[in-house]
Amino acid sequence: MGRFIIRRALFGVLVLFIISVAVFVLFFVVAPGDPAANFVGKNPRPEQIQQAKEKYGLDKPVPQQYALYMGRLLKGDLGYSFRNEEPVRKTLQDRLPITASLALGAAVVWLLIGIPIGILAATKPRSLRDRGATVFALGGLSMPTFVLGLLLSYVFFYIFRTKLNIDFFPGSGYIPLKENPLEWARHLILPWFTLALVSAASYSRITRGSLLEVLGEDYIRTARAKGLSERRVTYRHGLRSALTPVVTLLGIDVGGLLGGAIVTEAVFGLGGVGQAAIQAVFVGDLPVIFGTVLLAAFFIVVANILVDIAYALLDSRVRLA
Amino acid sequence: MIPLNTPDELGVHAAPSAAPASAAPDKKIEGRAPLQLAWARLKKDRVSMISLGVIFALILIAVFASLITDKLIGHAPNVQYRDEPNGLQSNGLPFGPNGTFWLGTDSLGRDILSRIIHGTRVSLLVGVAATSIAVTIGVTVGTAAGYLGGAVDTILSRTMDVFLSFPFLLFAISLVSVYQPSLKISIFVIAFFTWASVGRIVRGQVLSIREKEYIEAARSLGAGDIRIMAIDVLPNLIAPVIVYATLLIPTAIVFEATLSFLGMGVVPPTPTWGNMITDSVSYYEQLPTFLLFPSLALFVTTLAFNLLGDGLRDALDPRAARVLARK
Repeated sequence: MGRFIIRRALFGVLVLFIISVAVFVLFFVVAPGDPAANFVGKNPRPEQIQQAKEKYGLDKPVPQQYALYMGRLLKGDLGYSFRNEEPVRKTLQDRLPITASLALGAAVVWLLIGIPIGILAATKPRSLRDRGATVFALGGLSMPTFVLGLLLSYVFFYIFRTKLNIDFFPGSGYIPLKENPLEWARHLILPWFTLALVSAASYSRITRGSLLEVLGEDYIRTARAKGLSERRVTYRHGLRSALTPVVTLLGIDVGGLLGGAIVTEAVFGLGGVGQAAIQAVFVGDLPVIFGTVLLAAFFIVVANILVDIAYALLDSRVRLA
Repeated sequence: MIPLNTPDELGVHAAPSAAPASAAPDKKIEGRAPLQLAWARLKKDRVSMISLGVIFALILIAVFASLITDKLIGHAPNVQYRDEPNGLQSNGLPFGPNGTFWLGTDSLGRDILSRIIHGTRVSLLVGVAATSIAVTIGVTVGTAAGYLGGAVDTILSRTMDVFLSFPFLLFAISLVSVYQPSLKISIFVIAFFTWASVGRIVRGQVLSIREKEYIEAARSLGAGDIRIMAIDVLPNLIAPVIVYATLLIPTAIVFEATLSFLGMGVVPPTPTWGNMITDSVSYYEQLPTFLLFPSLALFVTTLAFNLLGDGLRDALDPRAARVLARK
């Protein structure tokens, strides 16, 4: 087990290295135009560009720039935003709680919706409720996040406020958890459900598929033959091993979202990591782009490692290669 | 019956054309290929056939978009109607659905219906093109990795792992911003970030195909690796690849719409469902239909492909039915 974790971690570091090189090459070698021109305003004088280059180290050869950047990164320094001179690390630290609140809360909601629907469908395959679950799942899979977000905010924010005089669901904004937990939750309800309804679809499908497969196994027949109640067979014996693929999917989804729920954050103006990234891309703020991409990749890599470990722990048939 | 939010004309018009006579009702007993059997199973599934009809109608709409908008509706997608007919109200707001503009107008006085019809082109083109590229690369890499094994497998599998570890939406947006948004770059970026998932699935399939007796037979007859991969392995991948490709198309369409929505897709004034939805956001309080119609087009399209993919999976994989029967 120890060796397995070390190997996975080393590969994770390699992946992060490759991604960092890819981003660096993309923005400093392939990108047309002078990166220094991004932060001197329109129609700059040549000496302004020169100043900017010297200030941000853009006058050095690219590999040296990369080495300098990585050297600082290893000390925990991600550089400074080209736009507002704020340390990138501070930007990410400030915004990560927002994205984390969004992602983790949504994960709870989609598990609470997706798994029960999957169980209901699997315990009575081909029934009306199974069909209903399929409709829900395929509808959710087909619904683009931004469309659902806009529709939810139209109905629950706009219609509720203007037509029904219920001013409960805020259309945008974020209140920190420490400041006021109730307000925090109230501001996140719509974003949570946006992300959750879209994702719950895959969870209900995967729960259904895997539970159906498990319920066909011999040990389930044995359990039934022992005279255990159907409820006990399904929940105690079946569900435990059926949830392994759910754990896998959960790890990957949450890992992906922690690096920025770009679309949901944009629709609800939450100002998390994803929105910082988008804004940085629009203005060519390289240090922030770099920081957010690396942060996102870091979460994905860590999530993948955790998923592999969890998989090995949950399912004794998996051999650690 | 699953309720489909489909405009009636889509389903009804295309349904007859969607059922070409492939298996003629013949009395004499004849052998049927697995794909013919699958088609026969698919034909019995009403939901799949309706989805196929919707997709067929969408393809026709995309192909004849200019003809439909110019001759039938009479409003070109990019013309800003300012007088006779005027596409903007006197207070500068766009119109809701009315007799002249059936689905209303957008903020520049353009016909929303015409723009939705032309938006079909971008969505289908990106969906199909990106999926074709992704499937081609994915099948090639996945087959090579699964069949050849050893060091080749290690290198190719690790490469796929790296691709799957990219924060793809963020990276896609960065890529697009560097190269300037365009149709080509959207297609390329989407293929770039989806081929690895195809590759991983294909590799898994090939790993089990590789151990079959007929592969051993081919090898003992002296067939080379390339020949075995092309002639013995590839045909056995058709079923999973068809299903996966059908499910990848809506993913690519949503991906494109998301890029457009974030302002990093196909450049305006080319109409896409994504950038229409972006435009509608500033007006949705006064004109919810402006948001609703492009959203509906997008949803119906992705839903049709997802339903068809789901039906194809059942039709192509008879095992799925047996799992249910075991209980």
